[in-house]
Amino acid sequence: MNKGVFWKGLRDGLPICMGYFAVSFAFGIQAAAAGLTAFQAGLLSLLNLTSAGQFAGLGVIAAAGSYIEMAALQLVINLRYLLMSAALSQKVEPKTGTVSRLMMAYGVTDEVFGVSVLVDGTLYPRYSYGLIAIATFGWVAGTALGASAGAVLPDRIISALGIALYGMFLAVILPPAKKERPVTVAVLSAMALSTLCAVVPGVRALSSGMRIILVTVAVAAFCAAKWPVKEQ
Amino acid sequence: MQANIYIYILVMALVTYLIRALPLTLIRREIQNPFIRSFLHYVPYATLAAMTFPAILTSTNQIWSAVAGFAVAIVLAWRGKGLLMVASAACITVFLVELLPFF
Repeated sequence: MNKGVFWKGLRDGLPICMGYFAVSFAFGIQAAAAGLTAFQAGLLSLLNLTSAGQFAGLGVIAAAGSYIEMAALQLVINLRYLLMSAALSQKVEPKTGTVSRLMMAYGVTDEVFGVSVLVDGTLYPRYSYGLIAIATFGWVAGTALGASAGAVLPDRIISALGIALYGMFLAVILPPAKKERPVTVAVLSAMALSTLCAVVPGVRALSSGMRIILVTVAVAAFCAAKWPVKEQ
Repeated sequence: MQANIYIYILVMALVTYLIRALPLTLIRREIQNPFIRSFLHYVPYATLAAMTFPAILTSTNQIWSAVAGFAVAIVLAWRGKGLLMVASAACITVFLVELLPFF
């Protein structure tokens, strides 16, 4: 049974792997341009497993910024993981031990979070491990390949893979949005607000991570006030 | 820069990991406050929706292939198709649209 959960995680993680491959391939190319070796780029991806933070981090490295600057930047861009990790804490099987929690925490990315927080019922660590294993494989392999041989994959393939993650997000949020009215409102208003944030001067200048936090907090707080979730 | 690249990587990894690990390890009980519970219930939908749109429109080489992939993904996801199917269909749509001669 437990084994089955791991395999299910692997299978559900396949679209994450595809999407990560495309994005991290682009990251690898950029990392090589910033002067990193394929090994360094791959290590960076393995230890960080985050897209926006890594791209922004390359900028600091290329500009020889300070470590404090790097730490502050990562904090701001990746602060959304704090919300995600808190949401997961309510979803995970309550008896899950600290070591398992620390291992699951490694894989709190936008995509792994999105899939694992919305599984039916309780979240078992082994399911997360399946997702994380295949996602990390795609992320690190794409980075190393992009950094060492940026030109091997045709541009068209990279372009097509670029949409994979978003397709997956839609597959995760639309079925519940169809069933529950408040979720429909949450999804549509979040999309509208994030569009607004992307065009309004001033707000537009914020990092994408910050904008996502703003939209998430505003929409989730509004929906929570208007449609409190009943006790299960 | 070459000399301290590994320190940069470690600083990044440490900050990012702490953000991810703290809530998951420190919040061990079910949160009782109804507002916070409800808030956390809506967080995934709001976050994923905000990340998807408008970013999906610029995720490929050109906007029309992205719009086509987006449309296909919406239809399939609305019908409850699985993650892999929706994601693959969106990718294939983008690929085919970009093959069209007028793009």
